[in-house]
Amino acid sequence: MDQKMDFNAPHSMGTTIIGVTYNGGVVLGADSRTSTGVYVANRASDKITKLTDNVYVCRSGSAADSQVVSDYVTYFLHQHTIQLGQPATVKVAANLVRLLSYNNKNFLETGLIVGGWDKYEGGQIYGVPLGGTIVQQPFAIGGSGSSYLYGFFDQAWKEGMTKEEAEDLVKKAVSLAIARDGASGGVVRTVIINSEGVTRNFYPGDQLPLWHEELEPHNSLLDILGAPEPMNI
Amino acid sequence: MDHHPSAETQRTLYPYVTGSSVVALKYKDGILMAADTGGSYGSTLRYKSIERMKPIGKHSLLGASGEISDFQEILRYLDELILYDNMWDDGNSLGPKEVHNYLTRIMYNRRNKFNPLWNSLILGGVKKGQKYLGMVSMIGVNFEDNHVATGLGNHLARPILRDEWHENLTFEEGVQLLEKCMRVLLYRDRSAVNKIQISKITEEGATVFPPFSLKTYWEFSAFKNPTVGAEGSW
Repeated sequence: MDQKMDFNAPHSMGTTIIGVTYNGGVVLGADSRTSTGVYVANRASDKITKLTDNVYVCRSGSAADSQVVSDYVTYFLHQHTIQLGQPATVKVAANLVRLLSYNNKNFLETGLIVGGWDKYEGGQIYGVPLGGTIVQQPFAIGGSGSSYLYGFFDQAWKEGMTKEEAEDLVKKAVSLAIARDGASGGVVRTVIINSEGVTRNFYPGDQLPLWHEELEPHNSLLDILGAPEPMNI
Repeated sequence: MDHHPSAETQRTLYPYVTGSSVVALKYKDGILMAADTGGSYGSTLRYKSIERMKPIGKHSLLGASGEISDFQEILRYLDELILYDNMWDDGNSLGPKEVHNYLTRIMYNRRNKFNPLWNSLILGGVKKGQKYLGMVSMIGVNFEDNHVATGLGNHLARPILRDEWHENLTFEEGVQLLEKCMRVLLYRDRSAVNKIQISKITEEGATVFPPFSLKTYWEFSAFKNPTVGAEGSW
């Protein structure tokens, strides 16, 4: 297969992004692959971006578009927080994201999942897909890898999970999507947000379960074959 | 992909997250409206709990199919309209006919700028005993009738309504008639989702009932053995 590598193709985060509410907060998760055509431009990207201390956003689609939207929203929220005198609510953050996505719908190609915790409504997740619709959901999935997760979540999602159950679900889901989506890959990053604060976690491949037709990784074939036979001279 | 803005800056080309048909009819006490709670993303049934019918002011109910983000924006325009109406504090309030006209102007003017709001809207209401039920399309075509529908509902539901609707339906009759229409849409519309909401508006006010699912019938013997007598057919 002789594919021309188009290094000037726009950076697109194929991506798998997930946001899940649990009993007390939210867990956001994402893969770490940014591709330029078929080349992986960044294999360890951080797609979960801080908007405020208590609200984060998962970015998918065009890397540039999602970065510029989150930069603007961070800027506006910073000023809003100063004027308000207290932390911004997740709803306000999500609506600012919606405003930019909707009013620039002809130019932008980015799907976002806004998640966070505030003292009024607790943990909340808002999906802002292409077009600028805003939809509050108990859990949201996005990016090209999410196609492989609709069935999984229909079956595995439950209301009122604990923090550990929620993070396990997110890790498992991103890992499953990475297994089947060529545009998703790398490591699984999670961000947990609740009343106590924010916790970032990092899970490389060896800390994730193996799926169908995947094998245990080794350093070399030689390790599997055992000690090499002494040469029979 | 060519991204730089040209002279024609804004121009909606295609919808992303869309709602399917809305059906509505006039009954004895006012208007009954039904829609499912689905939001499709192309052929994926992506969102299953989107409310596509909302009360507007004291006298109206708005149902929408098409692009959900545009519907959400329309709700913001109407919010502002009702707010300013209330601020007059003059005892008068916008009725369904006025709201329908406002929507028609918005839709038609956007169409003229080649930047439509990609929705088909149904506006129903009662004011001072007068029932009103109208529709506006994304190109600004508007009309009123005793029963209306959007999208595939025009082809599947309206024939049923033309046959079975009559003046002074009771609430129960109206609901059952709408359910009959929604069931057919469930069978025959790919983008339909089995989570339906019915809402009503009367002189007393608007009620949007909680979502529910309809039972469907599959026990025809022909369904169990579709190729009997013609093996290889479907």
